[in-house]
Amino acid sequence: MSLIAITEVRKRFGTNEVLKGINLDVAAGEVIAIIGKSGSGKSTLLRCINGLETIDEGSIVVAGAQLAADEVHLRALRLKVGMIFQGFNLFPHLTAGRNVMLSPMVVKKVSAKEAEEEARVRLAQVGLDHKFDAYPDQLSGGQQQRVAIARALAMRPLALLCDEITSALDPELVNEVLQVVGKLAAEGMTLLMVTHEMRFAREVCDRVVFMHQGRVHEIGPPGDVFESPKTLELRQFFGMA
Amino acid sequence: MTTFTTWDIVRNLLLATQWTILLSLVAFVGGGVAALLALLARTSQNRAARRLAVFYIELFQGTPLLMQLFLFFFGLSLVGVNVPPWLAAALALILWTGAFLAEIWRGCVEAIPRGQWEASSSLAMSYFEQMRHVVLPQALRIAVPPTVGFSVQVVKATALTSIIGFVELSKASTMITNATFQPFVVYGFAALIYFALCWPLSKSSQLLERKLNVAHRNH
Ligand SMILES: Nc1ncnc2c1ncn2[C@@H]1O[C@H](COP(=O)(O)OP(=O)(O)OP(=O)(O)O)[C@@H](O)[C@H]1O
Ligand SMILES: [Mg+2]
Repeated sequence: MSLIAITEVRKRFGTNEVLKGINLDVAAGEVIAIIGKSGSGKSTLLRCINGLETIDEGSIVVAGAQLAADEVHLRALRLKVGMIFQGFNLFPHLTAGRNVMLSPMVVKKVSAKEAEEEARVRLAQVGLDHKFDAYPDQLSGGQQQRVAIARALAMRPLALLCDEITSALDPELVNEVLQVVGKLAAEGMTLLMVTHEMRFAREVCDRVVFMHQGRVHEIGPPGDVFESPKTLELRQFFGMA
Repeated sequence: MTTFTTWDIVRNLLLATQWTILLSLVAFVGGGVAALLALLARTSQNRAARRLAVFYIELFQGTPLLMQLFLFFFGLSLVGVNVPPWLAAALALILWTGAFLAEIWRGCVEAIPRGQWEASSSLAMSYFEQMRHVVLPQALRIAVPPTVGFSVQVVKATALTSIIGFVELSKASTMITNATFQPFVVYGFAALIYFALCWPLSKSSQLLERKLNVAHRNH
């Protein structure tokens, strides 16, 4: 049984069909890289998976939670999948620790004491336990993104969606974030990541999805996709054609 | 005929000023509550609630406060509800203030980046949880200067309630003028008192704005 089942998903913005029948099944513990040109629908697909966008056709199910437009379904779905954004989106009025504690306390009604313990564990997991009391604007981009990862992890999601989470970072800060993600992957977290870090995708991912014009154009283990791309479009994407 | 010393005039004006201050406070606090409700309705997912909020805001922003005072005072008594001037004045000012504060605050809420909504959504928070814990705390900070600034308008607006017979500073000025025939002295002092009330407010609004801009980095 797959953890994430995406079936015939179509998504339109007005008359512009951005996802044209996406099918993708992700097993628990699988790490998937999504690559493709700008505008191919990578972000839209991720955003659909945790209900930041509605879908026009098809279905998305994550561990029994079905995507639907109402709050009850959305909440159930979002308890199963977390998301990390390119722009970090930490809450600037809260310390790193409070950022991590907030949702468990508010959504899961965890006590402040328990939430704080959990937050310390999660911050330690991303190497930032010493930054518990720092505000986001006192942290580097790489540190902010790691706090964002800790914040998502504190909700104990079954899967994480990562949308170009290192694209807004200075080059020297990319690795500290990728290391954290690599560690999560090694620990068995299910990951769906849109990324331009091809080397990382090749080393860490179980499968690579190449999206082109709103479709899954090619999919396979990184060895196959990177070494012997089958389609012209993928070869063009790699700059080999 | 009794003669009025300048002190008599000032003392009576100051007595009436209490009512101006009280009415301003009531209008501001009540209007704040009305604005918060209107804001939540205005930004909610519920279409009917949004429409109702827009209707309320546009109605009270789009008509003169004077008409609103008349309607509350005379209108309600026409349908058999006898409202004393202070109640009509308070109701009209509360709703008028609420309509303006709601729009000021909506601008502040909309200034919060979309990423904050998306991040809190992806953490499974509901609309009210997002508002309460993520958006409003940030919006509040930018809302303070314009809100304090608007309180000046509220103080000045209370002068209009003299029309329906509520005895605050302006009404008292007219009454004292009628007794003393010294309009320049009376209205001069009244203007000074208004200024003494309003100037600190607008000044602190400016100071707060500067301070919050600087404090943004240091919390
Ligand atoms: N909210 C929106 N309203 C209208 N059109 C949108 C919206 N979001 C995305 N699109 C359109 O959908 C298409 C796919 O966008 P998407 O962001 O999913 O691409 P992407 O593959 O993530 O690209 P990039 O690599 O630049 O991030 C684009 O043509 C974009 O203009
Ligand atoms: Mg994108």
